[in-house]
Amino acid sequence: MRNAFAEEITALAATDHRIVLLSGDIGNRLFDPFKARFPDRFINVGVAEANMVGIAAGLALGGMRPVTYTIASFAVYRAYEQIRVDVGYHNLPVVMVGTGAGLAYAANGPTHHSCEDVAVLRVIPNMTIACPADADELRALLRDSLQHAGPVYLRIGKKGEPRIHGTVPEMRLGRACVLRPGHDVVLLACGTILSEALDAAELLEEHGVSTEVVSFPTVKPLDEPLLEHVFSARSMIVTVEEHGRAGGLGGAIAEWLTDQPRQKARLLRLGTPDAFLHEAGEQEHARELCGLTAVSIAHAIQSALKPQA
Amino acid sequence: MNDDVVTIARRMRRLVLEMSHRAGTPHLGSSLSCVELLAAVYHSWNVRPESWPNPQRDRVLLSKGHAGTTLYAALRTFGFLTDDDLATYAQPGSLLGEHPSPGLPGIEIASGSLGHGLNLAIGLALAARLQGWPSRIGVILSDGECNEGTVWEAALFAPRHRLANLFALIDYNKWQATGRSDEVTALAPLAEKWRAFGWAVHEVDGHDLSAIQTALSTPDADGRPTMIVAHTVKGKGVSFMEDDNNWHYRVPNAEELARALTEVGIP
Repeated sequence: MRNAFAEEITALAATDHRIVLLSGDIGNRLFDPFKARFPDRFINVGVAEANMVGIAAGLALGGMRPVTYTIASFAVYRAYEQIRVDVGYHNLPVVMVGTGAGLAYAANGPTHHSCEDVAVLRVIPNMTIACPADADELRALLRDSLQHAGPVYLRIGKKGEPRIHGTVPEMRLGRACVLRPGHDVVLLACGTILSEALDAAELLEEHGVSTEVVSFPTVKPLDEPLLEHVFSARSMIVTVEEHGRAGGLGGAIAEWLTDQPRQKARLLRLGTPDAFLHEAGEQEHARELCGLTAVSIAHAIQSALKPQA
Repeated sequence: MNDDVVTIARRMRRLVLEMSHRAGTPHLGSSLSCVELLAAVYHSWNVRPESWPNPQRDRVLLSKGHAGTTLYAALRTFGFLTDDDLATYAQPGSLLGEHPSPGLPGIEIASGSLGHGLNLAIGLALAARLQGWPSRIGVILSDGECNEGTVWEAALFAPRHRLANLFALIDYNKWQATGRSDEVTALAPLAEKWRAFGWAVHEVDGHDLSAIQTALSTPDADGRPTMIVAHTVKGKGVSFMEDDNNWHYRVPNAEELARALTEVGIP
């Protein structure tokens, strides 16, 4: 996905001369084409994420369209107050890209995991948060983010994520996208976990559970018309995300649901546990630990569907 | 010209004292120590409401947002605000809070949390350069603010990018909220630190308007960002407030205000 980001931002920078790309000393070689074409508009800020966000806010105050890029955990936790005050309070058009989000850097340990980033950013006024599922969604949402008048956090993967769409979808911030029809259960997948959700739907279908799958990248603002529809028309809505169950898409929808008139469907939230993952191992292993593989997603849903004793 | 700016500073100092008394707001000592810094930069750079709509304007950022009254006094004196505006300071519904909020002409950035302004100023200086603008970016920090790590991230960054259009001023009044700034951390020697980081450093008496204005007058010939380390006195201009850190939080009563205004003099 990061390769797609590098390609797309280079293409966008050719058409919008206000775009400035700031990196927190990552993306070795990744941005060489960007640097070659727009040397003045690439800034390696160094390992100084708070400075990067403050500088980006200043660039935006000065009429530019800054895009910051670093590993999600550092992009968010290290620079939180700058995101809140410099970017959020001033409501500036800064696009903050957190790469390797969720458990993409599982092997690097909890310092590199970001399973709380959506939770902490979601509560900042003016913030828009989107978690593209694959390179094509990323391209669509990056284009839209650079048209947006306020701050955007783009929570992206690392590399080698399965391509789901095949072409760049007609996807906008704040809009979810139905990928697979079904009429019992609805899986709302946020981010790169979408591929597991699609596989889980196959497994459920084999067991006679008709499962709709929706790519639901934008956590803020929620696609409320879609939620109103699925909660009134289906029996179970399941959120799946590589993020804590608290505060992510599942948390956001739970909050939304609490304020709605009583709905037909119940909500099941699948995400990472309230724990740091100490075990070594790659993303697949971490997903297994967290119950976020297709098999465990399908099992969790089947258990939830069983009539209560 | 210097008589003029001296009068301006005196008028600003009176407004700062009056606002603190009327609204019962703290940070008076910190506000009084940077009066000359703001007076000098607004005056030198001719920062006026007429230039506000122009994105290529010179910009002044108050990073030490707890000196909000000094900013408002400058904005009143240089024509951005009226007396009626100032009368609303810190009152319910006013846009003039204890710390500046964005949105009013003349207020370039919100501040109140320390360690933000210099980084924002760098972004503005880069934006100006990328777009070929003549803008100068001025930013006023406190010495206590230099406890914040982001100040030193900015210190490393700006010389590398040769931001000669960036002018930072530190109100070095030797105090922070609860102690001597040179004792809370190893701040001294402050000017040497900035020199070592590659800035064009001017060490001045922060109440000497001519000295500040000279330091602000020309960008560094070698392309370095400018750092004006301004030695100041907390509570400057009022004998019983000067260098007394109780006035970080104290608010003058009517009698103290009257004595203070007498000392400051007629505008």
